[in-house]
Amino acid sequence: MSVDLSVDIAGVSFKNPVMDASGTFGSGMEYSEFVDLNKLGAVVTKGVSDSPWEGNQTPRIAETPSGMMNAIGLQNPGIDVFIERDLRFLEGFDTNVIVNVCGHTEEEYLKVVERLADQKSVRMLEINVSCPNVKTGGIAFGTDARMLEHITSEIKKKAAQPVIMKLSPNVTNIAEMGRAAESGGADAISLINTLMAMKIDIHKRDFAIANKTGGLSGPAIRPVAVRMVYEVSHAVKVPVIGMGGITNGEDAIEFMMAGASAIAVGMYNFHDPGAMLKVIKGIEDFCEKTGVRAVRELTGCVG
Amino acid sequence: MIHEKAVVTENRRLAEGVFSTVFRTEAARISKAGQFVMVGTGSDSRLLKRPISISGADPLSGELRLVYRTVGYGTTELSLSKEGDAFDILGPAGNGFPVEKASGKKNILLVAGGIGAPPLLYLLRELKKTGAGGDCITAVLGYRGEKYGLFLKDEFEKEAKVIISSDDGSVGVQGTVMDAIREKVTEADLIFACGPLGMLKAVKGYASEKGIPAYISLEEKMACGVGACLGCVVKTAAEDPHSHVNNARICTEGPVFEASEVMI
Ligand SMILES: Cc1cc2nc3c(=O)[nH]c(=O)nc-3n(C[C@H](O)[C@H](O)[C@H](O)COP(=O)(O)OP(=O)(O)OC[C@H]3O[C@@H](n4cnc5c(N)ncnc54)[C@H](O)[C@@H]3O)c2cc1C
Ligand SMILES: Cc1cc2nc3c(=O)[nH]c(=O)nc-3n(C[C@H](O)[C@H](O)[C@H](O)COP(=O)(O)O)c2cc1C
Ligand code: FES
Repeated sequence: MSVDLSVDIAGVSFKNPVMDASGTFGSGMEYSEFVDLNKLGAVVTKGVSDSPWEGNQTPRIAETPSGMMNAIGLQNPGIDVFIERDLRFLEGFDTNVIVNVCGHTEEEYLKVVERLADQKSVRMLEINVSCPNVKTGGIAFGTDARMLEHITSEIKKKAAQPVIMKLSPNVTNIAEMGRAAESGGADAISLINTLMAMKIDIHKRDFAIANKTGGLSGPAIRPVAVRMVYEVSHAVKVPVIGMGGITNGEDAIEFMMAGASAIAVGMYNFHDPGAMLKVIKGIEDFCEKTGVRAVRELTGCVG
Repeated sequence: MIHEKAVVTENRRLAEGVFSTVFRTEAARISKAGQFVMVGTGSDSRLLKRPISISGADPLSGELRLVYRTVGYGTTELSLSKEGDAFDILGPAGNGFPVEKASGKKNILLVAGGIGAPPLLYLLRELKKTGAGGDCITAVLGYRGEKYGLFLKDEFEKEAKVIISSDDGSVGVQGTVMDAIREKVTEADLIFACGPLGMLKAVKGYASEKGIPAYISLEEKMACGVGACLGCVVKTAAEDPHSHVNNARICTEGPVFEASEVMI
């Protein structure tokens, strides 16, 4: 029996439900030596802004129990270089390209969205309103439901591609944020971005990362992420892409059962550059063993 | 780049807290001096790989050597390994030392502070192989002191003129490698250096004062080791090729930079 791994998200069909989580896979180029990008459901790019961003001071990363913290600060070359280099590179592969968009202000988000409107190879936009490492804008849109609804509707007016709003877990009521994105017109929702965290190097009597706080990711956050995916997917009708600490097929299945239509692998790519291929295989194996014919049947099957 | 389970073929202690571990890995067949490997831990709660410089590689036997100081979980685990143990290895990563710059040079200076010595030993052997530098390579090695062990000193002595400095003055010039250089080195027309940041800053200052090109190997916390996470950057004088924001990735554009290129 062969398992049907395909899924549909906002009218875009994916050959399987597995993609990378933005910022952990570059633009695919950096890992293409280890992963055949043609095998992925999608490649989600590192966040791209209107103009080049320098990012934060170093150290930018720290290892934490079963995970890591980062405060990269969205260093990126800006949309022009991105289109000419990264997007052109990705056009050589048979996979969906999802561009992750960041900005400090509404105008900055809209500029990137408009610039991408005529880029046919971009299948979806993922809007990062949830980066905890950028002091202005960014996260404010992701933690205030009214602002989130507003920016979603402004982006929807300009976007040529379906829009995924990426939610921050650093809120009290994640379901409310999901509903705000949906009423703003989001075509899909992805979550979770990293959890705000802190680590102190007691020997240096200093913060482990220069930004003081950073975003926590990896298996350590998985139970939080599963709970949030469950809550959001039960509060909205649009499809949900789940992420947070996924390492293998079983983790991916857990997110799908909680309500995700597709999933993303983040920091585990650093641990094992071949992780996503193993996740795809693991999902297929699970379905085969348990008699699931189409993986999409699993979405939300619990609760 | 190779990603595989590499098997330990030899592990021994060189000095207090300093170990030499040899692996059999395909990475040995394609590596260059100045490159490094990312070494995984066996723990499922320590998920990031540890960057460690290659201190020697034999493309024929496929053996690759790491020399490191035990500082935390990963390096301690490595130091306790036995022949036959396997570690996840990703590499060789990074650019490596520009060996070609040595051609025609008459006085090449290798400057190693403490655990900065391993990649320079590999470089020294590569330089010898190409014939560059001939007999005029000087290695300045900085140690804590005799009682902590003078790791790799004998191996450097076989191939270069060696000058030692020690923090406690128990051997060689008392003080830092810079004190030893100022006291003992009369001429240099090319510098390669690896060591703590403070030392590299001093080497950079010395090189610019004397007008000598200097290639230095930098460190930073790394998550991916392949240029994807942008965790490991260093400020650069010129626009970097990846993000165009004067922030080069140490794992990819480095770890070796011409000293004047980086704002350390
Ligand atoms: C390019 C490069 C080459 C290196 N070559 C050598 C070498 O040849 N020999 C040697 O002894 N050391 C070398 N280091 C330093 C080495 O990476 C650290 O000592 C090692 O990562 C410590 O890991 P741990 O698990 O023992 O310590 P832990 O404290 O348990 O590590 C926790 C986390 O911090 C990171 N970390 C801690 N110290 C450093 C450091 N100095 N640089 C980068 N990351 C660090 C670890 O990788 C890990 O992610 C090199 C570093 C870099 C960047
Ligand atoms: C180094 C690093 C960089 C990241 N950069 C971005 C980014 O540019 N845009 C974004 O929306 N999320 C970014 N994230 C968040 C991830 O996409 C993901 O939401 C989060 O890490 C949780 O997944 P994980 O636990 O599998 O890593 C980044 C995460 C890491 C670890
Ligand atoms: S360690 Fe990820 S970019 Fe260098």
